Amino acid sequence: MNLQVAGKSTFAYTAAHDVDGAKRTVVFVHGAGLDHSGWGLQSRYFGYHGFNVLALDLPAHGRSEGPALASIGDMADWVKKVLDEKKIKSAVLVGHSMGSLVVLELAARYPEAAEKIALIGTAYPMRVGEAFLDAARRNDQAAYDMETIWGHAAQVPLAGNPNPGMWMYGDTLARLARLAPGVLHNDLNACNSYAGGMDAAAKVKCPVLFVLGARDAMTPPRAAQDLVKAISNSKTVTVALSGHLLMAEAPDATLDALIGFVA
Amino acid sequence: MAGPKYPGFDTLALHAGQSPDPATGARAVPIYQTTSYVFRDAAHAASLFNMERAGHVYSRISNPTVAVLEERMAALEGGVGAIATASGQAALHLAVATLMDAGSHIVASSALYGGSHNLLGYTLKRFGIETTFVSPRNPGDFRKAIKANTRLLFGETLGNPGLDVLDIPAVSAIAHEAGLPLLVDATFTTPWLMKPFELGADLLYHSATKFLGGHGIAIGGVLVDSGRFDWEKSGKFAQLTAPYAGFHNMDFEEESGTRAFLLRARREGLRDFGACMAPMTAFQILQGIETLHLRMPRHVDSTRKIVGFLAGHPAVQAVMYPELEIHPDHNIAKQLLPRGCGAVFSFDIKGGREAGRKFIESLRVFSHLANVGDAKSLVIHPATTTHYRMSDEDLKKAGIGPGTVRLSIGLEDPEDLVADLERALKAAK
Repeated sequence: MNLQVAGKSTFAYTAAHDVDGAKRTVVFVHGAGLDHSGWGLQSRYFGYHGFNVLALDLPAHGRSEGPALASIGDMADWVKKVLDEKKIKSAVLVGHSMGSLVVLELAARYPEAAEKIALIGTAYPMRVGEAFLDAARRNDQAAYDMETIWGHAAQVPLAGNPNPGMWMYGDTLARLARLAPGVLHNDLNACNSYAGGMDAAAKVKCPVLFVLGARDAMTPPRAAQDLVKAISNSKTVTVALSGHLLMAEAPDATLDALIGFVA
Repeated sequence: MAGPKYPGFDTLALHAGQSPDPATGARAVPIYQTTSYVFRDAAHAASLFNMERAGHVYSRISNPTVAVLEERMAALEGGVGAIATASGQAALHLAVATLMDAGSHIVASSALYGGSHNLLGYTLKRFGIETTFVSPRNPGDFRKAIKANTRLLFGETLGNPGLDVLDIPAVSAIAHEAGLPLLVDATFTTPWLMKPFELGADLLYHSATKFLGGHGIAIGGVLVDSGRFDWEKSGKFAQLTAPYAGFHNMDFEEESGTRAFLLRARREGLRDFGACMAPMTAFQILQGIETLHLRMPRHVDSTRKIVGFLAGHPAVQAVMYPELEIHPDHNIAKQLLPRGCGAVFSFDIKGGREAGRKFIESLRVFSHLANVGDAKSLVIHPATTTHYRMSDEDLKKAGIGPGTVRLSIGLEDPEDLVADLERALKAAK
């Protein structure tokens, strides 16, 4: 659906259902440079199983109007505005990578809005290497290549895709090719400069799920351990064969972890 | 700091799309000779039908062996995904049927394989889809032919029969200015000789029967999407950008901008038209693809030797191969096809139809049949076979002379091929 948020056209995928005030809501927030389509299988499941689904395109991503938001805090405030716009008081918030920081910060700033949060492919601090940042700053293809190659487990290009007939590298590259110049750098910079993770973790009151890929080269499971230790009311699922893009690489394991958590 | 690297073409040709079989550890691609797949329970069945979980339901829609071929071709072409079909013609039909309805229009190169020309010029016309044919040598003609109801520009990377080299950068720019995608038939070039997506094409297909399979044993096609065309921005493709009652009211573009085309092509096109590929066929074509990077250089090297031989032979009137300076597309071929212009070409023998007939019947190594892209060398003389009812004048309109002979150069010893041609040319005098 299209809606207006802060005066800008915004897209939220709803799995072809209208928002129903009587249903619980699951909100999905994508990672750097990506969009709602990365949640296809998982968002459809919840949409077809009695939940409202809002798989968001952050500003300047997918079908949402820009400009991009510069900080994790700004993104968290923006997601809260989406909830307000749809009159949703509380939701299960699911974030991947950059999106995981967004939902963590949102849960800290607006505890009443976070029924539960799931952090997929997360780390704190979420450091981004200077070479990656620099290539993204220059809108160099090398940045898109780094996101694609590091974003998947090493075996992905030489293995099968759970989604028949699709080439995971190709889909990531095609999505990144649709970004306006500067957006990937904006996102990577937001991740790299986010300094509120431990403060946010201390404020989170709701149940938290970590879903981590054992073969994740961008946010390896060890990089999430400070957050895991700081949040007592949490559960961790480590997916053995997945890299950073868990929703595509291990769609069933990711969905099963979410089903168990959201129920 | 050096960035990370993608696997090379040769590695992808052998590995992309397949992990060792999780059930048995089999290293070769298993042939999943099954029509259907047992559901774990009712909820699992529903989740597969609703596209909540990835997997297979029925082999007309997807099959694990066929999926390896699809993913491997997407990897080799740099696409988001692919759909394997019963033939190359089925791939072309699937692309057209996914993108348009009755009342739509295509602008196509006039230098097409005869089967494609029939489909566009006659068969689709019966279903209300019209085609305007233009010369691929004048990209501006594509622009002039675009109408309000045009939905696709189409050409072959190397056209029939004169090996016209489609100026993909120019034609794709014209297509994109008009909010239209460019589809190319890349059969003659394969991804080893050309990557059409890197040049601007949006969709491509192969007759996998030819060089991909490479051994003349299986009929198949594969349709690949770059995922780069913006259907929503174009505004001309309600098939992809509006809810579709035929599949859960799905708005395919809303599901995924990069996967919209393949979603509809698979969920509607394969489901309803049913021109899917059999798993054994996919296995056979995969065996060919595993050596594509070894075979194509040899095909091209041998072709160059034979082109050189024929171009200097007194019984030969003309040789049509873009690497020759006299070919009208020599310069664009140097830009777009630096690795070579393939292994299928035509030449004109002096002496017309009768000389052509004698030549064909005198060959011993070349096989006289209607196919190209085999490991074995092939030959056909259109004026006495495929086009034998046509007058010399009508042949000329089709770009074929009475003495035109088409060769597909295989992997035999090139000296044996030259000797065979030399003997037959002598016999045809």
